[in-house]
Amino acid sequence: MTEQRLHPRGKPLRTDVNPVRLLMCKIDGKDISAREDETILSVARQNGINIPTLCHLDGLSERGACRLCIVEVKGAPRLLPSCVTLVRQDMEVTTNSERVTAYRRKILELLFTERNHVCSVCVSNGQCELQALSVELGMSHVHFDYIYPRHSIDATHSRFSVDHNRCVLCARCIRVCDEVEGAHVMDVMGRGITAKVITDLSQPWGDSETCTGCGKCVHVCPTGALSEKGKSVAEMTKRRQFLPYLQLMRKEGQK
Amino acid sequence: MTLTFEDLQQIAKIEKDKQEGIKYQINVCVAAGCLSCQSGVVKESLEREVNRRGLENWTRVKGVGCLGLCAVGPLLYLEPDGVYYQGVQVSDVSEILDSLGGSPVSRLDCSSHLPFFKRQQKIVLENCGKVDPESIEDYIAEGGYQALYTALRAMTPNEVIDDVATSGLRGRGGAGFPTGLKWTAVSKAFNKTKFVICNADEGDPGAFMDRSVLESDPHRVIEGMAIAGAAVGATNGFIYVRAEYPLAVRRLRHAIAQAERLGVLGKNVFNTTFDFEIKVRLGAGAFVCGEETALIASIEGRRGTPRPRPPFPAEFGLWGFPTLINNVETFANIPPIIRNGGDWFAEIGTEKSKGTKVFALAGRVNNTGLIEVPMGTPLRDIVFDIGGGIPENRRFKAVQTGGPSGGCIPEQFLDMPVDYESLAKVGSIMGSGGLIIMDETSCMVDVAKFFMEFCMSESCGKCVPCRVGTTQIYNLLSSITNGTGKSADIPNLEELCDLVKNTSLCGLGQTSPNPVMSTLRYFRDEYEAHIHDKTCPAGACNCGGSKEAK
Amino acid sequence: MNDNIKKTTPNGWTIENNGWALQDFEEQAAASSGKVKVATVWLDGCSGCHMSFLDIDEKIIGLADLIEIVYSPLVDIKQFPGGVDVTLVEGAVSSDEDEEKIHEIRNGTNLLISFGDCAVTANVPAMRNQFKVDDVLTRAYVENATFNQQIPRFGVPRLLKKARPVHEIVNVDLFLPGCPPPSDAIYYVLGELLEGRIPDPKGKTRFGA
Repeated sequence: MTEQRLHPRGKPLRTDVNPVRLLMCKIDGKDISAREDETILSVARQNGINIPTLCHLDGLSERGACRLCIVEVKGAPRLLPSCVTLVRQDMEVTTNSERVTAYRRKILELLFTERNHVCSVCVSNGQCELQALSVELGMSHVHFDYIYPRHSIDATHSRFSVDHNRCVLCARCIRVCDEVEGAHVMDVMGRGITAKVITDLSQPWGDSETCTGCGKCVHVCPTGALSEKGKSVAEMTKRRQFLPYLQLMRKEGQK
Repeated sequence: MTLTFEDLQQIAKIEKDKQEGIKYQINVCVAAGCLSCQSGVVKESLEREVNRRGLENWTRVKGVGCLGLCAVGPLLYLEPDGVYYQGVQVSDVSEILDSLGGSPVSRLDCSSHLPFFKRQQKIVLENCGKVDPESIEDYIAEGGYQALYTALRAMTPNEVIDDVATSGLRGRGGAGFPTGLKWTAVSKAFNKTKFVICNADEGDPGAFMDRSVLESDPHRVIEGMAIAGAAVGATNGFIYVRAEYPLAVRRLRHAIAQAERLGVLGKNVFNTTFDFEIKVRLGAGAFVCGEETALIASIEGRRGTPRPRPPFPAEFGLWGFPTLINNVETFANIPPIIRNGGDWFAEIGTEKSKGTKVFALAGRVNNTGLIEVPMGTPLRDIVFDIGGGIPENRRFKAVQTGGPSGGCIPEQFLDMPVDYESLAKVGSIMGSGGLIIMDETSCMVDVAKFFMEFCMSESCGKCVPCRVGTTQIYNLLSSITNGTGKSADIPNLEELCDLVKNTSLCGLGQTSPNPVMSTLRYFRDEYEAHIHDKTCPAGACNCGGSKEAK
Repeated sequence: MNDNIKKTTPNGWTIENNGWALQDFEEQAAASSGKVKVATVWLDGCSGCHMSFLDIDEKIIGLADLIEIVYSPLVDIKQFPGGVDVTLVEGAVSSDEDEEKIHEIRNGTNLLISFGDCAVTANVPAMRNQFKVDDVLTRAYVENATFNQQIPRFGVPRLLKKARPVHEIVNVDLFLPGCPPPSDAIYYVLGELLEGRIPDPKGKTRFGA
């Protein structure tokens, strides 16, 4: 059986009827060859061009929601999220124009204003992707007003806790639980600024009968929102290497 | 059972025969607006009185769809006299029956509103106020389902699509994408299973076009969908309608059942190989579910959030199959286009925007209601002739088009012909057709705040710019309206609007700053007055300069 | 400035300044020596940023040849002088006293640096912002107090509704995040400024560390 390739939205592409073609495109002025089923993000990363991401995680389906990976494509009327945009023949992509980086920085600022990200007292201090992005994008301060919402902490689970003050709604936990663990314990409740990640039907996590306690959600969480209990400031190291391996093993197992 | 063309004509004939001896017909509006002011009771009492007086052989009382002038309901229309009665109560019933054949009851006459009726050109609403929305026979008597017959028996799918393309019809849901192009894309998609979806998730504040069409003439939408199904090769259709429209839902379900009974829906429609089924799906009222990808997710039973496009639904839609999504009004335009030909339709309207547009007039205008005018009609005609101007002789200030995704258009553009391009040029959009009129007592900052609050609470929360950006914009606007604004707020607003517009995931986010941007463009002085002088020029906001901010 | 300065804050708190003579002297000294006048301010913070400043160890001696600390919790001057070249502001703006002070500082400073996370983001002091001020005070001074349970209302500045970062109140010229900013970053920033360059602390510090 040929290797099953996935559309970025998770649907399998039938390679036997759709032989994947190769094409040439240009990213940041660099001529690059790619397969037509690859996204701009993956092609760029293969070629050493870094595009900042937050909701993207190798091994999970794409969401296209954090908007940090937006890029300029010549001829496109809008900025496109590189994680879900497939490359096309002769596409000309700019990943780091002034316009794009300014937008990214502002989006990041919005993320910081949305909830209460107090890095200095966070379990993930020093290991947080949001914090790292602020360095990467050169965000020295937030010039929008902070919202300071009131959010709870759910520490009912025996081994993990969730602090909604640190959540960026990237939905990695939801996706890993659904797509990899197959339990779909978590999902989003509410709309807009009041959206919140919940376990089961908004039950305390500790009472969840669907949660297998595997902890994958904790380790894919980019911030300190999900953490292991007993970890103090800056102690929560996330291990994500398992994900690509797990996906690879499953694929091998299906053969 | 399959229906033939002869059957159709037979039904029409029987229906017409029934009306043979009828001398007077009293059409009572039973759409939601009039129904809510007791038109149902008026109708019943009229029927009872007609029976009591023994007039039933030559007087007919008929419940019909929206007569348009919702402001003065319940409305009655007398045929063949052509008299409109307004604000009819049960106590007026005997007087109305007395006057039949004589001079109309002057107390109820709304001839003063005549320009409202005269200036319109009805294509989508041609049956509104004419046919009984609960009777398929009545619809057939007005020529209904003939277009479907023509499309199935006399035309190839490509000819149907060509006709739609020639007509120049553009999506009436707001964005104005050429309908013919969309149909072509879906018809070309290589898949045996395809879907047609009718987007009836009308959620704009102040908009009731789709609702009225569904409540007044549901069969027309069903016919349009069936023609679309035949043209693109789909066998299943869904109508996604808000649960907040119970009457529309009931009439739709009723209409679908009738259509299935007669065989205009179901297997082998009109003795062809074409099968078509329509199901109604109820939305839970999230505005974002009007966005096509969110709508599809909702029909699939998932959380109604948009996903990035491409792939477009035409290629990867409902359950991954090619899907055609059009708005109620778009589908309602299809039967007349097929009946009269695309060229006929293309003659109406402006160069780039063809046909007519249904608008819901609301706000500070005398004749609130449902209207239909040819594209290119100047806004001034809509507001002052059809709308009857501003109540209490106040001054017109602006008109808001396109709902929360549209903008406010000031007086200087009133003579502009309404079409997709000209509205976009002044920073608004056509949208689904809500027109909210504002006078000098409306504060434009407050209006912007109202729409921003709507967008903020209707944001699905998926992408960051829309989720947080709209909240930030709303916070700034509320501090400006309560008198605690700072001069830095205006550039901040502009920056946030630009960010949300350019980086949001779906159309809801991308267009949500429009009300703020357009008011900043045309009414910047009002923002400045709130911030610097702590006064609201329209006197609508309480910005008493309380310094106790934050 | 011959009179003792008496200032009354809105809640009746009086500042009496007796240090004017010393201050004048310092000003003169700084002017005559041609040193750069530097002030450091401690608003609502833990003083950790100041500790980190002192942590530049022996390099501070070299710095002392170039700068004159004209106002700081580290020196004994009570009144913020005017005409300061560089001011490092630690801490969030939390009380009406902080608010008043930051305006005064902004007026008397050429280049104002938000120094540390509390000044840049309001950080830990802002964790109270999700609650009402009274609830916070009640929690601290009544519910968690073992004796003398009362909310102090006299002789202390009144808390603002929210603790806010400095740049929300006044213009800030440079941001130096970190909790605390590493001493190397502080030294780098001051060093660059003394060389007449505008420093870019990117990569030398980050939020939270």
